[in-house]
Amino acid sequence: MAQKLDYLRETPSQTAGPYVHIGLAPGAAGFSIYAQELGHDIAGPNARGERIRIEGVVIDGTGSPVKDVLIEAWQANADGYYAHPEGGGPVEEGFRGWGRVICDFETGEWGFDTVKPGPTPGRNIGPQAPHISLWIVSRGINIGLNTRLYFEDESAANAADPVLNLIEWERRRATLLARRSERDGQGVYRFDIRLQGDDETVFFDV
Amino acid sequence: MPKDGEFYQRDRGRHPPALTPDYKTSVARSPRYPLISLQSSVSEITGPVFGHGDVDPLDRDMIYNYARPGESAIGERIILHGRVLDENARPVPHTLVEAWQANAGGRYRHKKDTYLAPIDPNFGGCGRTLTDEHGYYFFRTVKPGAYPWRNTVNNWRPAHIHLSIFGTGFAQRLITQCYFEGDPLIARCPIVQTIPDPDAIDSLVAVLDMNATIPLDTIAYRFDIVLRGRRSTLFENRLEGN
Ligand SMILES: [Fe+3]
Repeated sequence: MAQKLDYLRETPSQTAGPYVHIGLAPGAAGFSIYAQELGHDIAGPNARGERIRIEGVVIDGTGSPVKDVLIEAWQANADGYYAHPEGGGPVEEGFRGWGRVICDFETGEWGFDTVKPGPTPGRNIGPQAPHISLWIVSRGINIGLNTRLYFEDESAANAADPVLNLIEWERRRATLLARRSERDGQGVYRFDIRLQGDDETVFFDV
Repeated sequence: MPKDGEFYQRDRGRHPPALTPDYKTSVARSPRYPLISLQSSVSEITGPVFGHGDVDPLDRDMIYNYARPGESAIGERIILHGRVLDENARPVPHTLVEAWQANAGGRYRHKKDTYLAPIDPNFGGCGRTLTDEHGYYFFRTVKPGAYPWRNTVNNWRPAHIHLSIFGTGFAQRLITQCYFEGDPLIARCPIVQTIPDPDAIDSLVAVLDMNATIPLDTIAYRFDIVLRGRRSTLFENRLEGN
């Protein structure tokens, strides 16, 4: 017998279930309880950079929208700094860079307003292209799914991004690109997430 | 002093796999391609920071946080308490823990829940708190009831409290469920049994803690939570960009 390692072991995940809104977004569950719900304002009023909107739907293996999904977003500011002690630099007053997104219970459509993030340091080679980390939970999802949203109009940065380049199947990289359009002079990016199928979104073990 | 580096790789064998056909909803909602493994970058090591301006001290008291003045939620009064630690057994201080649950009859306050058990007018069913400097947290609530759900026609969820925990990095983000010692429904629940490792299931079962009860008032259960730990960078492994 050898000595024993004394690391603890991570608590296992369980599905967020159909009533995740009660805990994380009670207004969407149909009642008001807290003085303020968290995660409604990602960028805050003082954030520099381009104001954008991101919209999409999560689609299951039958092609149906997932109508009880909850998504959390985590991003850097326009300078590429995260609002965190190890985030690289200072962020604007009121910039948290984190948001909670609820979909419409009838259509599954979701959307949020933020600022476009800047490039962030990579682990080894070169910077990471602007991206937003997403974490997806719902009934039927046993452990939260991690993915990243990249911007299709950042083609040079995307081509050099160390994470996109890690995806061996080049065709699948496109599943992480949000498509840009304009609405009332504002940039709107479309990012549909497919849980299964030929165009299954790339998910990460982070 | 070594610096903290990337997160230890997640032991996926301790978590439920995505596809668990006995929990039917997972079948169409589980990715089929393997996950792409990433080493931690700044995007994974950082995560949202919360402070005392974000939560009210009453938020952790589900017996009173939705009750009318002078009234309280109906049910067995319990304290759920414990520590949030990382895999290095270090406390995770000042991190946000959110909880939600059915009422004592097994009914959720949610517009999509139509179970025939009554709504308790004094019970919202959610709470939130920050851990203290030692990673300690507590909630006061009522013990949730078991409830039926549509999977097979006779599946019942064991009494459980849903918990959401942040940690310091977005890669630690975790949602889980806490069960109660001695409940015979745990072994029969297809959602619990999505976890393949019996030892991992045991780690989701809160234990009766008579030392933490308030005599003649409230019974207590202890539930510790472990989030992923980080490596020590004994030798520089170039985490931070070139
Ligand atoms: Fe539940």
